[in-house]
Amino acid sequence: MFPRPIEKSSPSAKFAYQAFLPFALLLWLLPLLAIFLTSIRSAKDINSGNVFGWPSEFKLLENYTAVFTQSEAAQYMLNSVLITVPTVAISVALACLAGYALAIYRFRVAVPLFFLFVAGNFIPFQILMVPVRDMSVQTGLYDTIAGQFLFHAAFQTGFCTLFMRNFIKALPFDLVESARIEGVAEWKIFWYVILPLVRPAIAALAVLIFTFVWNDFFWANVLTQGEGAKPITAGVRALNGQFVNNWHLVSAASLLAALPPVAMFFLMQRHFIAGLTLGAVK
Amino acid sequence: MSDIPQNTNATPGWLRRNKLALAPWLFLIPALVFFAIYVVLPIFESLWLSLYEWNGLYDAQGNSTATWVGFQNYVKLWDDPNFWTSLRNNLAWLILYMLAVPAGLFIALFLNQTVTGMRFYKSMFFFPFVISQVVVGLIFGWFYNPDFGVVGSVWKWAFCEETVNILGNATFKCSRPVPDILSSPEWATYGIIAAGLWPQIAYCMILYLTGLNNVAADQIEAARLDGARGWRMLWYVVLPQLRPATFIAIVVTVIGALRSFDMIAIMTQGGPFGSTNVLAHYMYEVAISEYGERYGYGSAVASVLFAIMLIYISYFLWRMYQDEKDSR
Repeated sequence: MFPRPIEKSSPSAKFAYQAFLPFALLLWLLPLLAIFLTSIRSAKDINSGNVFGWPSEFKLLENYTAVFTQSEAAQYMLNSVLITVPTVAISVALACLAGYALAIYRFRVAVPLFFLFVAGNFIPFQILMVPVRDMSVQTGLYDTIAGQFLFHAAFQTGFCTLFMRNFIKALPFDLVESARIEGVAEWKIFWYVILPLVRPAIAALAVLIFTFVWNDFFWANVLTQGEGAKPITAGVRALNGQFVNNWHLVSAASLLAALPPVAMFFLMQRHFIAGLTLGAVK
Repeated sequence: MSDIPQNTNATPGWLRRNKLALAPWLFLIPALVFFAIYVVLPIFESLWLSLYEWNGLYDAQGNSTATWVGFQNYVKLWDDPNFWTSLRNNLAWLILYMLAVPAGLFIALFLNQTVTGMRFYKSMFFFPFVISQVVVGLIFGWFYNPDFGVVGSVWKWAFCEETVNILGNATFKCSRPVPDILSSPEWATYGIIAAGLWPQIAYCMILYLTGLNNVAADQIEAARLDGARGWRMLWYVVLPQLRPATFIAIVVTVIGALRSFDMIAIMTQGGPFGSTNVLAHYMYEVAISEYGERYGYGSAVASVLFAIMLIYISYFLWRMYQDEKDSR
């Protein structure tokens, strides 16, 4: 193990390390902590410049309810869910199919097609912006929930296929071969042999795509204009304009927007990190 | 002649015999069609559109009102100071964002211990990456705020004297004026990059933590017996084993730097005076802004950004191709 385990050092070094840890964490999360404190303060505290001190009164419930009663936050949150959930379902389903095809079958264009999905995943959004926006306007998908999740699903299919293909490629190929010798139909091999084995990959992708799409801001701006279809990220920006210098409300709204992916991360941590660090180890 | 009876027999069997050639396409078609419509074709449309001038409107017959201008959009870009500012800022992002890689490694080394509660510390350090960049931008926008934020209050504590008038309103007399980072054309970009580094360091950290988990323990022990320690151990023994992690960390950091849009849109909207623009944000600004839509010019900016990104994509694919060849 590197660095040398602290247990093997002197007790005082171990103590110093353990004492320093919470301090380092506090410093690292200082911006977050400060914004949380701000979100439970009263407007009076903020105007008098009380940023770090003890809040003169606790307004946790008041501030967070105010966000919902004084703005469209509830609508934005709902929109975010309605965009994110179908995106996850569609992109993961398509990627299971495509990843299976690219990992199991040997055909001439398998590698070029795989690289197409990989490359698509890295391109800047801006190169897609004008055509996708124009297409959405033409087909009536502009400023709708469906217009957003269809695009996200298509785009995320690239990453999901990359992930799935590598995952399936790492499975023992004998499984497929022996099923073929038994005369099992191809789609049955996919459904009964492979699909149960890729469950961990599905879980990892689901949490990752959920987070990516929930946190999207660019496409929310490109593909919507009204309140009806805006997700919470774009909503928070609108609130920022509405609550000018009401930093306690802006902070509360920001933290609310961040909450679902954070909850997802803490609940599904193992899968989340397994997904993110794909390729970081050989 | 002997072919004929075979052929007539083959019609029902053709599907069966070519099953393995057909099946992959059936599995692929849904993803491929979807991906082609929303990702592949738009790239070419954008490149094509960059040779037109178009405000995004259609005439009564439903025909696009775009007019062909050839390479004029690119000529205009060459003379556009905002374009060069954006490009320069993109470069600043690329270079400074790279700090996330060593910083992530440093934190990972610091946290790679097994004392009680370590799991909790690791996930808390990773926390900033999960939060949306919009929220990170808002947090830091407030953090930098000279009147209500952390920078402002620390500054006032250090350099200002507070006087409270009869009505209870505080006024400050400062020996040096409070810096307003996001309103200063020289500093704003660096302020945003610093904010962007926060989640990116967390990302690199988690990549390295996973990598460190998989470092071969016997090699470390052997090196230790040979007297390697500290920096030399890190440089000659550990880092070579972390190469896959370093590679991914650099790839995601480059992509992240070139994609930077959210924070700029939230914190400064490219201002003051366009000084914090990057290509990604400038493209959005010219393509859909209050001053009317300029799809052609915007597409030209996007094409330049795409060309830059293509260098990295090609390099990445080339690396992947080498790995594929080896694994066969």
